Amino acid sequence: MPKPFDKLTATAAPIMRSNIDTDVIIRIERLVGNGIRGTLGKWAFGSLRYLPDGSENPDFILNREPYRDAEILVTGPNFGCGSSREGAVWSLQERGIRAIIGSGFGDIFFANCFQNGILPVVVGKAVVDQLAADIEATQGAGKVSIDLEAQTIVSPSGARHSFEIDPRRREGLLKGLDEVALTLQRDDEIHAFQASDRTARPWIHSTRISA
Amino acid sequence: MPGRSLLEKIWDQHVIARLSEDTDLLHIDRHLLHDLGGSRGLLDLKSRGLKVHNPELTFATPDHALSTAPGRAGTSKIGQELLAALRIETAASGITLFDVDQPGQGIVHVIGPELGLSLPGATIVCGDSHTCTHGGLGALAFGIGSSELTHVLATQALIQRRPKTLRARFEGELPLGVTAKDMILALIGQIGAAGGTGYAVEYAGSAIRALPIEGRLTICNLSIELGAKMGMVAPDEKTFEFLRGRPYAPQGEMWDRAVKAWRELPSDPDAVFDREVVIDVEKIIPQVTWGISPEHVVGVDGIIPDPKSVDDPARRAAIETALEYMGLQGGAPIAGTPIDWVFIGSCTNSRLSDLRAAAEVARGRKVAAGVRAWVVPGSENVKREAVAEGLDKIFIEAGFEWREPGCSMCLAANGEVVAPGQRSVSTSNRNFVGRQGPRARTHLASPASAAASAIAGAIADVRMMGRS
Ligand code: SF4
Repeated sequence: MPKPFDKLTATAAPIMRSNIDTDVIIRIERLVGNGIRGTLGKWAFGSLRYLPDGSENPDFILNREPYRDAEILVTGPNFGCGSSREGAVWSLQERGIRAIIGSGFGDIFFANCFQNGILPVVVGKAVVDQLAADIEATQGAGKVSIDLEAQTIVSPSGARHSFEIDPRRREGLLKGLDEVALTLQRDDEIHAFQASDRTARPWIHSTRISA
Repeated sequence: MPGRSLLEKIWDQHVIARLSEDTDLLHIDRHLLHDLGGSRGLLDLKSRGLKVHNPELTFATPDHALSTAPGRAGTSKIGQELLAALRIETAASGITLFDVDQPGQGIVHVIGPELGLSLPGATIVCGDSHTCTHGGLGALAFGIGSSELTHVLATQALIQRRPKTLRARFEGELPLGVTAKDMILALIGQIGAAGGTGYAVEYAGSAIRALPIEGRLTICNLSIELGAKMGMVAPDEKTFEFLRGRPYAPQGEMWDRAVKAWRELPSDPDAVFDREVVIDVEKIIPQVTWGISPEHVVGVDGIIPDPKSVDDPARRAAIETALEYMGLQGGAPIAGTPIDWVFIGSCTNSRLSDLRAAAEVARGRKVAAGVRAWVVPGSENVKREAVAEGLDKIFIEAGFEWREPGCSMCLAANGEVVAPGQRSVSTSNRNFVGRQGPRARTHLASPASAAASAIAGAIADVRMMGRS
């Protein structure tokens, strides 16, 4: 069940490269196995964060103070594109990230964020660029505030921006709703659908091989 | 009221409940599980005290974490554990498993269409972003995350926002040596890796109608590299011919009823799309990627972009980063770049027609010295059919390695990797940083182009090879 999200004021790290895919967020070999939850935080952005010899890359923003403690990412276009691996979101969550602000996200990554109590905020590219510039102007000391209820972001310069979000998803995050439990409350409707669909499209429902 | 699109027709047919203006609870007709996420989902369900809602609509196969070496030698300990867990948990839930060495096993997006599990008008999900592949049969198919996977196991339904619609019309006659892979790479080059984000894409136009089903599956496979989690082609007579007689396709009277329903699915002539793109396929030449996103693509006779000639600082920086990773010089021709590896396989291009196209180029020739070239069939059935035709012999005689079916070097989850700094021409779908192994360099291309490059020892234009 996702942790509820309402307000957050935290250090934000701009990672502005476009098309950061989920393979870059978490490498596949970290995700092979069933007992991986809780082991992923240190592998988030592994290929950017560590040098080939395994030491930290001092140039990567999350290895620098004060960004090391960032709970918000400000990202370039199409962040989280590529693979559906929810491990990408788990690794960010385990790394302490609670919100991501960008001009656009990979569709599946975007949906996965909500499932894990991470707020992805979509704003215009100009707003993202302004936020990144404001953060860099304070060398990361200036915090970014997000208020999900009010749908606003406040930049370190004090500039306030509003954002749009699907009301259902907003409510799910605010309350930390469990979608499986909610859908199971509609199990009668699911069964009724299947009963009538079995007549309309029997080939979908009878899957035992006849050959 | 305007006509409805293929997407809208399928969508409306699956709404169990309207949850808000643009969000519905959709029925899921087919749920496919694989070894990386399947047992995890089933265990997650068990830990919540829940049961699989419709095991008869759920199917599983191992593909990602298996070794594709002969005899499966070299499957990692953890890969073996995942396979064991998949066997135990699917059996406990009454889910059909297509197991190793059995007909039906293979890359999950190859076996769905091959077995007739994937059908026009069906909603199909899998915990894998390339589930869009199945849209080539006129299905509404898309990848889901782990949480959604558990949701589908528990409820056979999924909460989804209705996407916007984009129609990509490929018009004209495909030039010789140009394939479905080149068509879709060219589109990605044209509208970018985020060009389809938020959309369901319908591929249409004369060149799509002319494509055999396997080519349509290749096109739809790369929808996600366009940013679109759903991609589809309207079903037609070719679709029905492809499906007729497949093990899980309807039979007899039920087949006739199904076909009648499927004929109603294509978009109405007056259907409205949120966005429309037209591609003149006669201008497309074989494509190859040069960078670290599928949008970093050029014609094989083209030039690697020179960052110095790009004004926009963000774009210039992106090109510089990509070229540095790829070890390439901006401004140089892409053809002739020496390579170390060739990988022919993956859910994009590992079907029989792909292997035939590659074998046609390889026949009677030799892989260049210093190049390792693998052919990994997409499924056990593809493998058997290819062997029956003698394709394996053509490849082996030419110096390719002939492997067992699976995902293999497409994602390197199984120890099958391109070594750091080495360069591969691959028929897969992602040239991301580290996708084929840490610091591996990937150039995406068609099977024919990949085979030509293996022979040349460098990125090569298949049209110069005298055949196909
Ligand atoms: S072949 Fe590659 S892209 Fe396709 S399912 Fe396997 S890992 Fe994913």
